[in-house]
Amino acid sequence: MPDPGQTVLEVRNLKTVFQTRGGEVHAVNDVSFELRPGELLGVVGESGSGKSVTMMSLLKLLPIPPAEIRSGTVKFDGKDLLRVDADTLRAVRGGKIGFVFQDPMTSLNPVFTVGMQLMEPLRKHMGLSKSAARTRARELLELVGIPDAARRLKDYPHQFSGGMRQRVMIAIALACDPKVLIADEPTTALDVTIQAQIIELMKELQERLGMAVIWITHDLGVIAGIADRVLVMYGGQIVEQAPVRELFANPRHPYTAALLKTVPSVRGARADRLTIIEGQPPILNAAPAACPFRDRCERRIERCARENPAREPVGPGHDAACFVAAAEVESAHV
Amino acid sequence: MFDAPATSRKLVEIRDLKMHFPIYKGVFRTRAGAVKAVDGVSFDIYEGETLGLVGESGCGKSTCGRAILRLYDITEGSILMDGVEIGPTPQARLRGMRPKMQMVFQDPQASLNPRMTVQAIIQEPLDEHTTLSAAEKREKVLELMDAVGLNRRFAGRYPHAFSGGQRQRIGIARALALNPRFIVCDEPIAALDVSIQAQVVNLLEDLQRDFGLTYLFISHDLSMVRHIATRVAVMYLGKVVELAGREPLYAEPLHPYTQALLSAVPEADPAMHDDARRIILRGDVPSPANPPQGCNFCTRCPRVMEICRQIDPEYRELRPGRFVACHLYNDDPTTAGATAAPSEATEPQQGE
Ligand SMILES: Nc1ncnc2c1ncn2[C@@H]1O[C@H](COP(=O)(O)OP(=O)(O)OP(=O)(O)O)[C@@H](O)[C@H]1O
Ligand SMILES: Nc1ncnc2c1ncn2[C@@H]1O[C@H](COP(=O)(O)OP(=O)(O)OP(=O)(O)O)[C@@H](O)[C@H]1O
Ligand SMILES: [Mg+2]
Ligand SMILES: [Mg+2]
Repeated sequence: MPDPGQTVLEVRNLKTVFQTRGGEVHAVNDVSFELRPGELLGVVGESGSGKSVTMMSLLKLLPIPPAEIRSGTVKFDGKDLLRVDADTLRAVRGGKIGFVFQDPMTSLNPVFTVGMQLMEPLRKHMGLSKSAARTRARELLELVGIPDAARRLKDYPHQFSGGMRQRVMIAIALACDPKVLIADEPTTALDVTIQAQIIELMKELQERLGMAVIWITHDLGVIAGIADRVLVMYGGQIVEQAPVRELFANPRHPYTAALLKTVPSVRGARADRLTIIEGQPPILNAAPAACPFRDRCERRIERCARENPAREPVGPGHDAACFVAAAEVESAHV
Repeated sequence: MFDAPATSRKLVEIRDLKMHFPIYKGVFRTRAGAVKAVDGVSFDIYEGETLGLVGESGCGKSTCGRAILRLYDITEGSILMDGVEIGPTPQARLRGMRPKMQMVFQDPQASLNPRMTVQAIIQEPLDEHTTLSAAEKREKVLELMDAVGLNRRFAGRYPHAFSGGQRQRIGIARALALNPRFIVCDEPIAALDVSIQAQVVNLLEDLQRDFGLTYLFISHDLSMVRHIATRVAVMYLGKVVELAGREPLYAEPLHPYTQALLSAVPEADPAMHDDARRIILRGDVPSPANPPQGCNFCTRCPRVMEICRQIDPEYRELRPGRFVACHLYNDDPTTAGATAAPSEATEPQQGE
């Protein structure tokens, strides 16, 4: 179980901006969070809310330009990843921090066998000999549940099904015993029965290997099932953060509350009419000077248009960036 | 929106529908087999209802929807559209039927011509199929824009200036232009963000109520289908394995595949995950070009029996309105053997 005192990764005041022909896109605005050893941190939020750009910024995986990391620190292993030299960063990427992306077909190289792609990080980061790397590659494929692993090492990505390719991606990410695994929508392209297989596998591996995981998804059902703690992003900011049960039982930010109501259920009560969030997501052409959700918010007050709320404590291990929610907590205490 | 079919009148009747795509091999392009995308499907769609069609990627949902609208020349089978047989009808003679049946596609981005204005896109079917004057067409387009909640002032804009949800509204307005009775919605919300999905689903429900539309709603989102559908058909590898009213299907799925599929949907409530008994299926879906012998699900079925690997189970009406193709429910002792139909309600398999 996660230990609340320690952190493996600490992100402070991260700001990422894109320069485009249409002007600046403020994709990530002053994002701060930490990851604790062994925990599974879920990240949810609308399309374009900055989930992927945040995680790519941590490892400087974005093309610079058009991207620019304007400020922030990313503390990992006693260093600031935004300020280390290129060699150190390369050693961390795919080494101590592994990652899995949404579409396994674009992330695997079609012209190399799966075995070669698994062995490469083992030789590069762990300095294994060819035969030791091959043995380890076979073990990794077995670990992620691919039958007949020794033979499958010689196959090319297109010879695997979608679910198996995602398993291969996970095997590659796990190759160097990472302390942190970042998974960006790792099951979104998969069918539910295959998704269930992958989730089961990830939970088992996390327990066995004791790593911390950041899991990005737009699927609240997936989050409910796997996360210990959840970050909710909106308009390039973290608007709410809470342990998973607390978040679902007690959403405090109006965006989170509305989001939880828009998803129908397969087992619970069936609503006659779906709740909707009116309006469109914000245009991120400048650093926010007001609450990004205000135009769509049913609870907005006059102050929301003047100031961008900071995250304030609203419950046990729970904070939200909303003036109205903070005021409610305040008045409950007097 | 209805618990029972709105009327008991059948608008669409499909019998033994097959759509096989030939596979050619080698320099002489000799025929080497076929992808059996839809392989003997039968069901009815009642007037005013929404029939949900669910199943995993590649199981044949889109092909089935397109075949019913005769966007393909089908391999075999009968399609009665409002009492008229259109299964074997040559394309040229289908023109008159086309306005009655329309389709809404998954990707609003890809299905709208980027060089046409919204006005032109919605008007195109009117140009093709009606003799309305230019002024009448323009007025009709504006009315359609009202109906789907698009601002009339946007008529002169191009698709790129709209959000995903708005683009899907344009696609829906276009599908409504010719006053259709039957619309195949092929994953109409899959490309949209969760907060926008609800807007489009509510719109489809409003339009159904206002215009008496009948939908075939194709989706892999089982919770959304539970919301919108009257009845639900579950497909696996080219066949319908189960069909039932929405409530009975979700409360008590009969086919082991339906059970696994429903149990695999993660519920957006952490409390429900604790006592969720997941059925984790092993292995992958076989290729529709080379389906297994016997039941198509026998390679992954947690309750597979000897007979399942030999004989393809018959699709039959087990109780009124409940159709299933599974040997577990075959009470004929000579085919089901001694293991016949264990009481499914007490089985630990139910992912509840
Ligand atoms: N290369 C780029 N140039 C300009 N803007 C970009 C670029 N990459 C991302 N963005 C913008 O940054 C914002 C955040 O994007 P990001 O990909 O992080 O969203 P996300 O939350 O991961 O969304 P999704 O759920 O769709 O993956 C969006 O507004 C996006 O348009
Ligand atoms: N024009 C075609 N030629 C050959 N094979 C086809 C063609 N169209 C579809 N198929 C094959 O038929 C099968 C069923 O495809 P279909 O698109 O109907 O599946 P689906 O259930 O709609 O899947 P998805 O959920 O991914 O949209 C697949 O194996 C597909 O590759
Ligand atoms: Mg993303
Ligand atoms: Mg499809």
